[in-house]
Amino acid sequence: MTGTAPGDDTGNGGSGTTTAGAKGPTGGGNRLVKGPGILLVWLYGVMSVGAVSRSVYQIATEFHRAPLAYSLSAVAAVVYAFITYTLVRGGETARRAALACCAAELAGVLAVGTWTLLDPGAFPDATVWSKYGYGYVFIPVLLPVTGILWLRRSRRPSAEDARPAAV
Amino acid sequence: MLDALTAALSAAALALAAWCGFAAYRDQPTKDWHFIGMAVVTVLALAQLVVGVVRLAQGARADEGTAIFVAYLIGALCAIPAAGFMSLVERSRWGSATVAAGAIVLAVLEVRLYDIWKG
Repeated sequence: MTGTAPGDDTGNGGSGTTTAGAKGPTGGGNRLVKGPGILLVWLYGVMSVGAVSRSVYQIATEFHRAPLAYSLSAVAAVVYAFITYTLVRGGETARRAALACCAAELAGVLAVGTWTLLDPGAFPDATVWSKYGYGYVFIPVLLPVTGILWLRRSRRPSAEDARPAAV
Repeated sequence: MLDALTAALSAAALALAAWCGFAAYRDQPTKDWHFIGMAVVTVLALAQLVVGVVRLAQGARADEGTAIFVAYLIGALCAIPAAGFMSLVERSRWGSATVAAGAIVLAVLEVRLYDIWKG
């Protein structure tokens, strides 16, 4: 049943308009979810769902076993969820917030990754950011880098918008 | 039955990832045929969810716990439809790349599901 849902939409979406550009001025603010941005949002969404469900389950069932690791996983989950939200929301403020969070995320991955390597005894169980995201195919360390690159590139259109300053 | 479905889904997901990755490489958005492929993979994932829940109801136990097993089954079911809808919004090569990424995520989920069931 559910499987047919995406297929049905193809009739409209596939043969219909190919609005790939969407470069027109879309109201206020710059859309961050366009081009490579959609792939970024997808990956951040996946990491959010993964990290949130993982930390909720672990904190609810076995928090006493590795409090530090599970707390750090929860922090990572909140950061991922917030970045996903700001990316979807778009606009200059959201772009700046997302940029700051990506930097915080990168710092977190590097700090926690180094910490897990130097002092494995503090972590009886893995966090999302253990060993620089080894358990997640290093996506946790690659994602903020691509995120920062993308967010810096997206700045250009809004700089042009700000030029008149007559409004 | 469940293991066969898991193996079939992994293969189907990797094939879908290669197919949509190729479309992204050729600078094409997802087309009707891609969505039919996504529907096939999603139907397989739905079958896996049903079979998994039935097996649990019959008294079988997932090695790493029922909650994790069911959560992964639901995640596996949602991965491709979510990526498919995003590729409808983004009618460019990046929509195809998103579906390819979604299919890879599904393949990883299947490997984890196999571990969770068997231990």
